[in-house]
Amino acid sequence: MDEKLLEIEDLCVEFPTEKGKIRPVDRVSLEIRKGTITGLVGESGCGKSMTARAVMNLIKKPGKMTGGRILLEGRDLGQMGAKERRLLQGREISMIFQDPMSSLNPVMKAGKQVDEVIRLHEGADAGEARRRTIEMFAAVGIPDPERRYDAYPHELSGGLRQRVMIAMAMICKPKLLIADEPTTALDVTVEAQILELMEKLREGGTSILLISHNLGVIARMCEDVYVMYAGKVVEHAEVGALFAEPAHPYTKGLLRAVTSLREETAMLETIPGNVPQLYDLPPGCRFSNRCAFATERCRADEPALRDLGGRECACFLEDRG
Amino acid sequence: MKDALRRMIRANKLSLVSLIVIFLLILFSILAPWLTPYGEADMDLMHRLSPPSAEHLLGTDEAGRDVLTRLLYGSRVSLMVGIVPTLLSMVIGAVLGVTAGYLGGAVDSIIMRLADIVLAFPSMLLAMVIMYTLGDGLFNVFLTLTLMNWGTVARIARAETLKLKTIDYVEAARSIGMSKGRIIMRHILPNCIPTLIVLFTLNVPSAILTESALSFLGLGIQPPSASWGLMVNTGRQYLFNAPWLSFAPSGAIMLAVLSFNFLGDGLRDAIDPRLRRR
Repeated sequence: MDEKLLEIEDLCVEFPTEKGKIRPVDRVSLEIRKGTITGLVGESGCGKSMTARAVMNLIKKPGKMTGGRILLEGRDLGQMGAKERRLLQGREISMIFQDPMSSLNPVMKAGKQVDEVIRLHEGADAGEARRRTIEMFAAVGIPDPERRYDAYPHELSGGLRQRVMIAMAMICKPKLLIADEPTTALDVTVEAQILELMEKLREGGTSILLISHNLGVIARMCEDVYVMYAGKVVEHAEVGALFAEPAHPYTKGLLRAVTSLREETAMLETIPGNVPQLYDLPPGCRFSNRCAFATERCRADEPALRDLGGRECACFLEDRG
Repeated sequence: MKDALRRMIRANKLSLVSLIVIFLLILFSILAPWLTPYGEADMDLMHRLSPPSAEHLLGTDEAGRDVLTRLLYGSRVSLMVGIVPTLLSMVIGAVLGVTAGYLGGAVDSIIMRLADIVLAFPSMLLAMVIMYTLGDGLFNVFLTLTLMNWGTVARIARAETLKLKTIDYVEAARSIGMSKGRIIMRHILPNCIPTLIVLFTLNVPSAILTESALSFLGLGIQPPSASWGLMVNTGRQYLFNAPWLSFAPSGAIMLAVLSFNFLGDGLRDAIDPRLRRR
């Protein structure tokens, strides 16, 4: 039953900079099982969005995917022709972006932008496209869909725009939806509605890769969680296990930094130090300069991601336990 | 577009007036032969340089030709010279500029270096060289003005494209599998249009002025045909004895130029929903 929908193997993305080549994504592997929501967590700049962009072939120049494979149901996206890959997007994989304010063309009616997708992939005529778009608008909970079809993006609220984006991403019933911080730009009540909608989509058979730095969202939505730090996956576990007993010191730090209303803490806990610059990584473990448990070995060698029975972690400390 | 016009008229009365003025100018230029009893080149040497009167509403010129008549016929040339090559250069420049900006790389370099060549010459000198090589005549004036202007348009369209290219909705379009051509047509060009319309309204009057300068140098429209620029330039010699010779066509140029500018402002506000007033 654990059929794999998307497999990313040893993905590397490189950018040339003045200070030498950097790798925002460094040998990242992850899997998304069919019909699940998989979370990808990490601080800003840890490479989580870049991983998603690599899947969508959206890495900005001069960046480049320099290694690894991305397989959708066993088909290697990198081996596909440009046109074949392009037509796969929107039909089998689609993506929603962080900022619904700028993700819609301001001079095009909202409905028309959704029409485009069906017309492109299924060759529907204008009437058919309009009918299906309005249906989809209703399905994603846009009130008064007929009127909203003819609205320009600036006439819609943030929540409605994100719904339009979701309608656009979902109209061809893709197998995989990549949601790159879909609720970060929205306020909390709207966030809850959008998350509910995504759960409904999952029930409808779409697998979702949910990228977020919000651990609350991840805990609520996901089955599998990957934690990224400075371009690497440092931990991967089932959501319950991850939140109950995080293995990697970075994950532990992240969880501690979440404010809890129940506990009485005088101070907000943080992880000391900053994420290292990608052109100036410490030797050994990338987290060693901020880790309270770091040993000589951590500063010398880089720990690989290892299987710990149903979960994976990249830390030497786990050897002892 | 129909909606845009309606919005413009509601929001901006001045642009409505401009639209009417432009419409009337075009109408008068088409109806010229029926609006005046005189011919374009009918000379009346007995009444040279006569001031405005009931017979000659705007007076006569140095060869006794009716100034109003020549103004009407001249508007045909001036308006055509203002609009046709400007439109042509807009279309060529926009397509090339957007393509260069969106595709980047070698295509970008080739197109923009060509534009740089055009822009490197002083525009008047370039126009004179082209006109001298091709010979005078209306068609060659069109060709010259188009060649002169596409470079600026291409540059602006390219700059606009570079800005739009990284905007999220273009990425979103790529993420749903839209082809480059379709992204250019659906997302890039429509978002360039407000800028291009403003540019159009600036280029129309400058084309009118360039034509008049070329005519003055004997490289553009040839007498006895009339264009507004030509009339201002011939009137210059009689500025003190017969000021109406210069003032009438100058006024016409000013009216046309201002109308196009105001219309452009209004249209830009109306087409760009972000700037729309409610």
